[in-house]
Amino acid sequence: MSPTSKAEWPLYEVFVRGKRGLNHVHVGSLRAADDDMALLHARDLYTRRNEGVSIWAVRSDTIAASAPDEKDPFFAPSGDKVYRHPTFYDIPDDVPHI
Amino acid sequence: MTDEDLYVDGDGARWAFGTGFTDPLHGIDQTVPDGVDAEDLAACCLALGDDALVSAQRLAEWCTRAPELEEELALANIGLDLLGQARLLYARAGRADGTGHGEDAYAYFRDPEDFRNIRLAELPGGDFAFTVARLLVLSVWRLAVCEALATAPDPVLAAIAAKSVKELAYHRRWAAEWTVRLGDGTEESAARMRAALDELAPWLDELLSDSTAARLGAEPAAVAARTRLELFHVLADAGLNRSTDVSPLDTSAFLPGSGRNGQHTPHLAPLLAELQSVARAHPDASW
Repeated sequence: MSPTSKAEWPLYEVFVRGKRGLNHVHVGSLRAADDDMALLHARDLYTRRNEGVSIWAVRSDTIAASAPDEKDPFFAPSGDKVYRHPTFYDIPDDVPHI
Repeated sequence: MTDEDLYVDGDGARWAFGTGFTDPLHGIDQTVPDGVDAEDLAACCLALGDDALVSAQRLAEWCTRAPELEEELALANIGLDLLGQARLLYARAGRADGTGHGEDAYAYFRDPEDFRNIRLAELPGGDFAFTVARLLVLSVWRLAVCEALATAPDPVLAAIAAKSVKELAYHRRWAAEWTVRLGDGTEESAARMRAALDELAPWLDELLSDSTAARLGAEPAAVAARTRLELFHVLADAGLNRSTDVSPLDTSAFLPGSGRNGQHTPHLAPLLAELQSVARAHPDASW
């Protein structure tokens, strides 16, 4: 197939929730013609080794992402504010997922 | 990592490898139960195993040749599902026929006339549309058979069938989605899909009249009726039905003979030659 005759399928980002995981984790990208196909592809590419129990597939162009050149204004200001970490509490042993 | 490690859902397991694998035959008595005709059981396992092995080989031929990376992996995954089914079925056949042969003896050391797969499975790949059409027909049929066999009187065959049902339901979904996509797509894709259906029509009768699993609970007429109905619905969604009647899947031009009796097309021998060459060159090798 010549490169000019082939419209490329849109890019999707794939998130898989593992058996042990509590949240979906980004595992990679793929191309698919539509949402249905994206789910099948995600299943075939990213859960072959029995990793997952749930999949999200999201069109990459619908994700709002922070820009690398805004890294400092976005993230540097929180770098020196250690008092925002709740390190002064005693967490009981039987409270999970903290 | 050994197979046994993989089946254990231990704390040391790492997310990236997946965990909690299950052995479909865990804890099942391998003895052929009283009241089950061992010869029927062996024949059934061999036929379904050969269908799966030959189909898996045809699907594997798409490796490095599929139209998209993602579809290549999908086809390979489906092939590997079928290969797994073949392995379990061969092991059961070796037990039931009294030879004690292992899976390799069936896969690698039989000649084409000893294979019992239906001929549709061995036809050359053709284009992607033919692969989709054939997979749709075979997975719809095999799913109907395996659902019936999930309550077979032999507990091992029943367990293999129950495992296969989940895999085949996915194969059917994949093939049905592509059938609709191509049939209801462009003029070119619809024409190719129609050509693929024409190509496989003469081989349908062999499949729909197959009675290999009849004595183990898969009643041929019921399996055939369900296969026709499901294909009718998928082909209707794809705009590919030629008639509004469920029954005329065109099987009128059927070709006599049957792979179930060891009568095969010339396409099977080269397929097996490639599949078996390494094992036959090194008969005592282990892998």
